[in-house]
Amino acid sequence: MAGSQAIFGTTPFDGTVAMRGYALNRMCFSFNSAENRETFRADEEAYMRAYGLDEAQAEAIRKRDVLGLLAAGGNVYYLAKFAGILGLDVQDLGAAQTGLTKEAFKARLVAQNDQPETL
Amino acid sequence: MARIVGALATSHIPAIGGAIARGLQKEPYWKRFFDGFDRPREWLAREKPDVVAVFYNDHGLNFFLDKMPTFAVGAAAQYRNDDEGWGIPTLPPFKGVPELSWAIIDHLIANDFDIVTCQEMLVDHAFTVPLKLFWPDGDAPAAVPICINTVQFPLPSAKRCWAMGRAVGEAIAGWDRDLKVVTIGSGGLSHQLEGQRAGFINKPFDLKFLDTMADDPEWATQFSVLELVEKTGTQGVELINWLAARAAASPGPMRKVTQTYHIPISNTAAATLVLEPA
Repeated sequence: MAGSQAIFGTTPFDGTVAMRGYALNRMCFSFNSAENRETFRADEEAYMRAYGLDEAQAEAIRKRDVLGLLAAGGNVYYLAKFAGILGLDVQDLGAAQTGLTKEAFKARLVAQNDQPETL
Repeated sequence: MARIVGALATSHIPAIGGAIARGLQKEPYWKRFFDGFDRPREWLAREKPDVVAVFYNDHGLNFFLDKMPTFAVGAAAQYRNDDEGWGIPTLPPFKGVPELSWAIIDHLIANDFDIVTCQEMLVDHAFTVPLKLFWPDGDAPAAVPICINTVQFPLPSAKRCWAMGRAVGEAIAGWDRDLKVVTIGSGGLSHQLEGQRAGFINKPFDLKFLDTMADDPEWATQFSVLELVEKTGTQGVELINWLAARAAASPGPMRKVTQTYHIPISNTAAATLVLEPA
């Protein structure tokens, strides 16, 4: 997508990414079902094979590597369902992606209050 | 004829649903945010709307990437919530108003908005959280859900969402029922969940956007979607739901009843807005 490289630390989830990540996102979408979450927990490898994840996607799932999951085409809305299985919230994800501790990431959010009030 | 009595907007962060479910409204982290709903609820108690049109974005409950509509309008007598995978409790179903849904659908398609229509539609937190915030006792009016794609690019432009909202407003105004309607825009304001830029918030842009909603509501339609992502974050772009709801209520100036802005709730700059006819 034109201009998609222009924003630091951001990859718009466009058609190219959506095609690359389809199997991974389809698996994560299945985690809306509690039964599917249990099946995944019982045998992650078998579950990933059933959904046809490629090696990069499977490796990022094994490592709980959030940036790796995004690079492999994961979309944050579906990945959030995987994070839910792990008991992680969006501050955990934010910390993992920025290299901060969770406390430091939360402090950085609070510090946004110090921004100016006018454009 | 039906009459639009106001436009409401609020953030829809899942953690809010969790806080409601656990009764944390008076806890220090949440109190200021939830107290911000006292005035909207007073206003709603006075205006007593019969019907609500909710502009929101699905996060992977009803729609997946196999079929991803840009605009989708619910046309059901009832909308079910369901398990979203990460733990907020499922809420009881919400009442629909299919007669208005079809009036909106007919008018949109007659005006070249080739939307998807849904006689079954699960509604996720982006639909349910605003209704629980504005009507905490579960007595929300019957609703028409209007879903805008913010998941897979290309997203519809802010300008297009404004125009779609205008057409919805025309359909409501032309609906042959003596009922009061409010519109709701769900989501925003600035936040970004993913990537190294996670945690991005843009307070000056958000406050400018809030300022423009009463008197200069088309201000934000000057920006492309990618410009909005840059200025508000990958999820801040949900403000297109606000623009559609604002457009549906009125093309001209409205009067601001109340506004709140709070950094952060979860990873988000949370805001609430109530507008009434000028």
